[in-house]
Amino acid sequence: MIKAILIFNNHGKPRLSKFYEHYNEDTEQQIIRETFHLVSKRDENVCNFLEGGMLIGGSDYKLIYRHYATLYFVFCVDSSESELGILDLIQVFVETLDKCFENVCELDLIFHVDKVHNILAEMVMGGMVLETNMNEIITQVDAQNKMEKSETFIFQSTRQDR
Amino acid sequence: MALKIVKGSIDRMFDKNLQDLVRGIRNHKEDEAKYISTCIDEIKQELKQDNIAVKANAVCKLTYLQMLGYDVSWAAFNIVEVMSSSKFTYKRIGYLAASQCFHENTDVIMLTTNQIRKDLSSPNQYDTGVALTGLSCFVTPDLARDLANDIMTLMSHTKPYIRKKAVLIMYKVFLKYPESLRPAFPRLKEKLEDPDPGVQSAAVNVICELARRNPKNYLSLAPLFFKLMTSSTNNWVLIKIIKLFGALTPLEPRLGKKLIEPLTNLIHSTSAMSLLYECVNTVIAVLISLSSGMPNHSASIQLCVQKLRILIEDSDQNLKYLGLLAMSKILKTHPKSVQSHKDLILQCLDDKDESIRLRALDLLYGMVSKKNLMEIVKKLMIHVDKAEGTTYRDELLTKIIDICSQSNYQYITNFEWYISILVELTRLEGTRHGHLIASQMLDVAIRVKAIRVFAVAQMATLLDNAHLLTGNMQRNGICEVLYAAAWICGEFSEHLENPVQTLEAMLRPKVATLPGHIQAVYVQNAAKLFATILKNQEGNTDSTAAQETSQMMIDRLPLFVQSANLEVQERASCILQLVKYIQKLQQKDVEVAEEVSALFAGELNPVAPKAQKKVPVPEGLDLDAWINEPPSESESEDEQPKAIFTKEEPKHSRPRHTEVDEKELARRREARKQEQANNPFYIKASPSSQKVYQEAPGVEHIPVVQIDLSVPLKVPGLPMSDQYVKLEEERRQKERAEKKKKEKKKRKEKRSGRGKKHDSGPESEEDITPAHVVDIVTEEMPENALPSDDDDKDPNDPHKALDIDLDKPLADSEKLPVRSHRAAGAPKSPAEDGEAENATPQEPKKKSSKEKRDKKKDKERDRKRSKEEKKKKKHKREEKEEDLLGGQAEEAAVQSEETKEVEAQPSSTSAEVSDLDFWLSNAPVPSNTQEAATVAAAEADPAPEAPAGTAADSEPEEPKDTETEESKSSKHKKKKQKKEKEEKEKKKKKKHHHHHHHSDGGGEESVQNGTVEEEEPLPPMSNYCLLAENSYIKMVCDIQGNLQDGSQVVVSVIFENKSDSFLKSMEFNVLDSLNSKLQRPEGSGPHDGLTVPFQLPPGVSNEARFVFTVQSIVMPQKLKGTLTFIVKNEDSSTHEKLDFKLHFTCTSYLITTPCYSDAFAKLLESGDLKSSSVRLEGVNMPFHHLLARICFHHHFSVVERINSCASMYSRSIQGHHVCLLVKTSAQTVSIDAKCDEPTLLGNVLDEIKQTFSQC
Repeated sequence: MIKAILIFNNHGKPRLSKFYEHYNEDTEQQIIRETFHLVSKRDENVCNFLEGGMLIGGSDYKLIYRHYATLYFVFCVDSSESELGILDLIQVFVETLDKCFENVCELDLIFHVDKVHNILAEMVMGGMVLETNMNEIITQVDAQNKMEKSETFIFQSTRQDR
Repeated sequence: MALKIVKGSIDRMFDKNLQDLVRGIRNHKEDEAKYISTCIDEIKQELKQDNIAVKANAVCKLTYLQMLGYDVSWAAFNIVEVMSSSKFTYKRIGYLAASQCFHENTDVIMLTTNQIRKDLSSPNQYDTGVALTGLSCFVTPDLARDLANDIMTLMSHTKPYIRKKAVLIMYKVFLKYPESLRPAFPRLKEKLEDPDPGVQSAAVNVICELARRNPKNYLSLAPLFFKLMTSSTNNWVLIKIIKLFGALTPLEPRLGKKLIEPLTNLIHSTSAMSLLYECVNTVIAVLISLSSGMPNHSASIQLCVQKLRILIEDSDQNLKYLGLLAMSKILKTHPKSVQSHKDLILQCLDDKDESIRLRALDLLYGMVSKKNLMEIVKKLMIHVDKAEGTTYRDELLTKIIDICSQSNYQYITNFEWYISILVELTRLEGTRHGHLIASQMLDVAIRVKAIRVFAVAQMATLLDNAHLLTGNMQRNGICEVLYAAAWICGEFSEHLENPVQTLEAMLRPKVATLPGHIQAVYVQNAAKLFATILKNQEGNTDSTAAQETSQMMIDRLPLFVQSANLEVQERASCILQLVKYIQKLQQKDVEVAEEVSALFAGELNPVAPKAQKKVPVPEGLDLDAWINEPPSESESEDEQPKAIFTKEEPKHSRPRHTEVDEKELARRREARKQEQANNPFYIKASPSSQKVYQEAPGVEHIPVVQIDLSVPLKVPGLPMSDQYVKLEEERRQKERAEKKKKEKKKRKEKRSGRGKKHDSGPESEEDITPAHVVDIVTEEMPENALPSDDDDKDPNDPHKALDIDLDKPLADSEKLPVRSHRAAGAPKSPAEDGEAENATPQEPKKKSSKEKRDKKKDKERDRKRSKEEKKKKKHKREEKEEDLLGGQAEEAAVQSEETKEVEAQPSSTSAEVSDLDFWLSNAPVPSNTQEAATVAAAEADPAPEAPAGTAADSEPEEPKDTETEESKSSKHKKKKQKKEKEEKEKKKKKKHHHHHHHSDGGGEESVQNGTVEEEEPLPPMSNYCLLAENSYIKMVCDIQGNLQDGSQVVVSVIFENKSDSFLKSMEFNVLDSLNSKLQRPEGSGPHDGLTVPFQLPPGVSNEARFVFTVQSIVMPQKLKGTLTFIVKNEDSSTHEKLDFKLHFTCTSYLITTPCYSDAFAKLLESGDLKSSSVRLEGVNMPFHHLLARICFHHHFSVVERINSCASMYSRSIQGHHVCLLVKTSAQTVSIDAKCDEPTLLGNVLDEIKQTFSQC
């Protein structure tokens, strides 16, 4: 099970937070801060696994993260997930973002966090991995965006009619 | 109106959208909080508007602010509003917001039940998908219970996109509502073989999660998973399955044997590191499970260790980390094969990466020996000094202690060294593990008697230098060590060199700044110390020294008497008085020392943790039984509140005591004595258990070896453990030399009968003798203590509830509830409700409810006046929010099938269990040669498939089939021989299991799936009613209005094939009336039938939906229709038809719509509504059942419920409001209703009346 997915930048500013278990807002912020603290002080060429996320879960849980340019992608998972598998999943996630935003950069995530959520929702659901095939994910995301577009079109046209 | 819309859209143009908000926040870096608070105010304004687009935009922004840490729970209701928008765009925004901020305690969640249900059955797969995704984040026990059946239906949806989501979310449902696991499991199992890989992967995912917590319930799935493992190419699925096998093998070693070969093959063949790693992991798990039985797996272990070494040596830190992680698993059972890689692991200890160092530390734990312990700990101590973060340092500290104390200090040869290590560790700043060090000190000092002199000396030094430690005052900090130091100095004070100095140190004023529990120990042990000092000094002729000591106590103790800590205060004042008394006696020259030290005589023994828990309950003692009869229910209920104030004993308990006659008492007394005499745990008055312990053989006779030190041990201040390393080294060398000498002597003496062999080569473990012959006192345990494995299980683990036997057939009571708990006002379980209603008298309740209601009405009236304008807006808003209510799925159809399948069930489950045995017994004999390995792999494959192949024939002569099949494939001679052997075995087994195969059609897992799967829960309440039935086919239907189009009604019809023949070319046709017409595809005439888009094999049912356009909805109507179809047998086919009458009730035009009490009140006030009423007599059911029925059958929702009175609301597809006020007293239910269309209202009321007349 994945317990939380966090994206924050090199300064610890959250760009996306998805908790699959409820915490109140303050705890969430504290978790983000502590995770950032743990992750950011690590060198570039050390392993991508981190134990001792005291706030989340305890000993069974691990932080698995990847660092891309200005962003950290952190997954907090328990022992039922394969560590290397999750690393691959993060890669898939980032590649999908790259496809959907066309050369994704931090600004895309800043201004379109809702879209990032929608993409993530096609990959992970309720803390379990839903889909790992990038093409399938993109197909579903595109189809939904298309639907959204058609709706806004209808909405606008009806308004003009009146 | 038009102007308003224009105004609205202009407003909208100026609204901030999410991007503007983000930009704004970025532009207001210096006063971000202020900016955001103005934005929140704007959002609040936007949320008040009736334009759903504006609302959705506001909610979208709130979701962003939530991420920044702002509490947005106040907008929960608006989020629900946006969720219920009919537009996908807004719906998605709403569900996203809900998934981010809803949780179990969000109260509006219960309002969403119907909305979610509607979305789940939406014809648009993305509506369903979005609802499932959202639900997966905020599902509550209530939602899980209410929606379990809907989700289960979706597991068989036509779209794989929905199927996989529905399968995945079932895990969450199981967690929240464990009762759903058993009914849903067959279908979940079926999904393991779904044609879509995504669905398959989801099912594997869910079952793996379930099996991880309760593996034994999933053992029967092993053959199926084995098949998947050998056939799947999806690495994700493979990893999950292989992980699952890792959890299953400990339970079934035979499974492990079967797995080793395919796993080894995968290890050799795969290029994916993740898969390789998991394979190695599972092979390790297999080897662990086999370690006892099968010694000949060294090849596999070697392979694993070798692969892991490659990982550890890899430059990729991730692989290094995982390699170490897996290595630690091997360590547990095969330490030897890991120990050869010690160099590599010690090297990792120097890695710059903390995670890797931690893993290497774990490995060290298993690699220590008597020989290298000191060396390793020395290395760790260096790391402790170098370590930067406190977490890592604390981890090092605990590891050092773990390593040293493991298996009862097995590897420690010199306890002085260990004590010095512990003392050295106290110098760590900011550690959280003071408590751990303290407990180690206590443990060693108590249990290793020979070390006490040394320990006491060290502790005295610690106490003397307490100021070095007290800098860190945080609880559980290092000052905990003083607790141990004080206790050891007090308890073993006879070993102290200078007790007066220590006493002085313990009574320093600075001590008062320590935490209370430590002060308490100080005070108590000061008294012990005092007793010892008195005893020492009494022998002297000069009595002034003793009196001085007493005076010091009297001077210093008052400080502690004033302590805020009760424990300290109490002890201090007791001891102070005692000392004062002693002083008096001393002045009279009375000898008191003996008596004072008698206060602290006797020795304390260590008691094993959980010793108390492990005392077995004596036979015949029932701890749960009442000793006295419990007071009866009614009495206790009445008296309880009084009892708090009255001190009188309850009267009824007394006479009962006197009733017991003298004889009986005597007999009991005798029995008790007998019992006590026989009970080893009863503490008798006579000889103390301590004495018994001291007399135990061995303890006194162990000679305490004089420490042979070449360097004097008088280290000023704190000791250095390093010295001991050197000393130990020297000592060992000496010993070795001595031994060699002895050996030579012995050899000369032709070897004494010792039987020990000593090589002159490298030192072996046994050669190292401990510096002290230590008596490690074992902890006391009660005799015949029960071994309890479940000590460590967390009783709060949600997975405990999921430990359910999945192979048992379903009982009626276990079926999933369907729609019966729909009433918004009745979240309690019916049982609870019933109790509550029975317990409280009915009449006062009614009164109070009336009063309350009146008050409420008054309040509401006031509110209404002030908000009248808003109200109108609200109505409009509601109109938009509704969505199509999709039809229900095959519930009813399954119902009938269910009964048939239940009969077949028991036999097939027993078959399943023995099938597993059979499958496992096929396991190839583990082979050593490479050739044989491939043979075995080849054998493993056909095993699960062979019976499946024969299943098609369903012939009872299976053994022959498999035999020929397999003998064909065998080519090698070697192989043949082996095969023959196995086949003999198989034949035997098969004969044994023959009847099973026969009963379930000769199949194994796959076929059973077919039968088990149909066993679906029976909905207790269904809206599906019988449409028509003949000997071929049965039609049930449900009619729902479509709110998106005010003139549409959707009829969902389930066709069930009751015959043994194939039904095809079904055509559904209805004779249109003026008012209602069946919607036909373009181009077809007004009388053409609609082709049902499927065919029905025997026993199968399926659902089709038909849309009707209706003009007026105020009257119920009936439409005549015909279903024509072709019945096809093997030899013939006939044309059949079935007539039916479709009944459009007025209820079916109503749509469940949530409504809030204020809006409801305004609606009633508006005066546009016509009223009508109806009385129902003889309704004999609890009120909440009644409400649930109205909600369920007539699509109402409860607005508010006060005791036995409730207001309800519903709306027609054309926007008529229907309001009900339902009251009940005795068996009469009165319904006052209001509606803007009197005809419709009349008809609805008639229909409600009819519903209740039927039951």
